[in-house]
Amino acid sequence: MAGAIWSVGEVADGAATRLSTEAATVARRLAEASGRESAAVLVAADPAGPAAELAGYIPRVITVVSHLADERPPAAVAAARIAALARVEEPAYIVIGATPDGRDLAGCLAVMLGVGVLANAIAVGWDADAGPVVEESVLGGRILTSSAFSADRGIVLLTPNVIAAEAAGTPGRVEAVAVDDVADLPAVAVLDRVAAAAAAAPIEEARVVVAGGRGVGSPAGFAIVSELADLLGGAVGATRAAVDAGWIDYSQQIGQTGKTVRPALYLALGISGAIQHKVGMQAAETIVAVNRDPDAPLAEYADLYVVGDLFEVGPAVAAEIRGRRG
Amino acid sequence: MRIVVLVKPVPDTTGTERLGDDLRLDRASSPPIVNPNDEYAVEQALRLVEAHGGEITLLTMAPAGATETMRKALAMGAHGGVLVSDDALAGACALSTARVLAAALATLEFDLVLCGIASSDGGGGVVASGVATLCGLPYLSYAGSVEVTDDRVRIHRLHATGYMVLEAPLPALVVVTQIAVGEPRYASLKGIMAARSRVIRSLSLADLGLDPAAVGGAAASTRVLGVRPPAVRGATRVVRGSAADAAREIVDFLDERRFI
Ligand SMILES: Cc1cc2nc3c(=O)[nH]c(=O)nc-3n(C[C@H](O)[C@H](O)[C@H](O)COP(=O)(O)OP(=O)(O)OC[C@H]3O[C@@H](n4cnc5c(N)ncnc54)[C@H](O)[C@@H]3O)c2cc1C
Ligand SMILES: Nc1ncnc2c1ncn2[C@@H]1O[C@H](COP(=O)(O)O)[C@@H](O)[C@H]1O
Repeated sequence: MAGAIWSVGEVADGAATRLSTEAATVARRLAEASGRESAAVLVAADPAGPAAELAGYIPRVITVVSHLADERPPAAVAAARIAALARVEEPAYIVIGATPDGRDLAGCLAVMLGVGVLANAIAVGWDADAGPVVEESVLGGRILTSSAFSADRGIVLLTPNVIAAEAAGTPGRVEAVAVDDVADLPAVAVLDRVAAAAAAAPIEEARVVVAGGRGVGSPAGFAIVSELADLLGGAVGATRAAVDAGWIDYSQQIGQTGKTVRPALYLALGISGAIQHKVGMQAAETIVAVNRDPDAPLAEYADLYVVGDLFEVGPAVAAEIRGRRG
Repeated sequence: MRIVVLVKPVPDTTGTERLGDDLRLDRASSPPIVNPNDEYAVEQALRLVEAHGGEITLLTMAPAGATETMRKALAMGAHGGVLVSDDALAGACALSTARVLAAALATLEFDLVLCGIASSDGGGGVVASGVATLCGLPYLSYAGSVEVTDDRVRIHRLHATGYMVLEAPLPALVVVTQIAVGEPRYASLKGIMAARSRVIRSLSLADLGLDPAAVGGAAASTRVLGVRPPAVRGATRVVRGSAADAAREIVDFLDERRFI
């Protein structure tokens, strides 16, 4: 299947991540637009379940069973195996979700296969002459570029939540493949896996995100952020300033060096809305901000901008919601 | 311990820069800064050298003028630098960057290489894993903490629901996150003075034995077709007044949009 379009599957808690279904959707659409074949590749210790899920989005799922997976970081294991497979099947383009593992994998594969990478993709189309045309957000979101590969091969890193996964009309087939000639990368040992004290609700999939910034002032200040998140059925997000201050976990950081979210509602408390934060949340359908500064950058792109003190307005909003719900 | 930190000069995107009519960055409006994510790597290197002794060398691939930016990182306390610079590198892609940095690393002696998590000017966080793969170095990324014992490095690799403890023998390449060491230090006046006399060695592609046709702008694996500004959102409704009034307005608004 030389010239095919691949996506790479990622597994979390035994299931295919939503981003892998988004990447599979992109690969399938590119294949449809170009009359090529498409496949999702999955390297995992126990791929059956996630492979079946991915098959809902793409005609073919190639699984590589790897028992190394538990003893090494995932990207290194996947890179060596996907590269070996790619040398045999010669896909043209590979779509990978831009998670930490996905970025690691893309860098390894790029040098192993000698291909370019278009990172931070927020839209991917097909052009008969240029191949995949990738829209990227660069310079911290200040401009959008559209780019293509110079050769007829390349890797696209897909930003989470920019494309809605869409199931295929007919489910695909799952095929287990054995790979030979695996040139494993230098060994890195996984000594331990530690779960965070209390894993916060993941922000990437939340319909509502209530986020706090430097204005929240302290870890205790996040109580009002959490309270509103609970009332609205949402997850708690944060700016880099709040994370750097140690008030909340890095896993909740939104923005250029954190996560990209696309919730229906983004409620920002004590956040100025700097460009590096904006790129991670500007795709929210509705943005509401509470800030005591009338001129913070968020005043230019929020739908509703409330000038006020979050420690007065926040509790008043909580009380108002409770009051209306009776 | 000999540590090499990969640092990239980038345009300052924290607010003062402007885009020209052609949507290219008006470079005059923003002198380059050290990629903010790489400052965390420099800070991590300084902490390790403070604890274990040793030297820090900065490695940069950039136009010749980048020595000015490198001095900003030297002023934090690094000991010297290597700048790979060549006219043929203008427009180089991430793949070329990884190849050039790997070739430059091969000329240096080190126990540890530290990188930032991504370039702020549009980098995809892919160069570091490319460099490690090309150099055959153990690759440890997304470090929330870094610890070095005699001949091994151990990190906490952050992920959504906790962290993994990873360990590898030295020499190795580690990608540092912002939370491994917290805010990078400011350069002291003494540091700024000292940085002036630090040696920054320049290397060309020829010095590295690399073919400009294979790794430079001429060989770029990607190309830009067009640029445009991002879409603007609709008008903003601004609310002022007492907390109780503001709260009612917010909840009305949320209710209209079915969030209550
Ligand atoms: C390379 C790079 C990458 C970055 N990546 C990220 C990223 O991923 N995510 C990110 O968020 N940032 C990122 N940043 C940092 C970014 O530039 C901003 O510094 C950061 O987003 C500011 O966070 P903030 O809005 O919480 O703080 P500030 O900008 O300090 O804003 C705090 C706001 O709170 C308001 N406030 C204070 N007290 C109150 C109160 N009682 N009630 C109401 N309002 C109040 C103030 O008026 C102010 O507007 C990055 C920067 C760089 C250079
Ligand atoms: N031109 C460069 N010179 C030195 N280091 C670089 C260069 N480009 C990238 N890096 C390093 O690689 C990391 C990831 O970069 P990127 O893949 O461009 O996002 C950066 O944080 C730097 O540590």
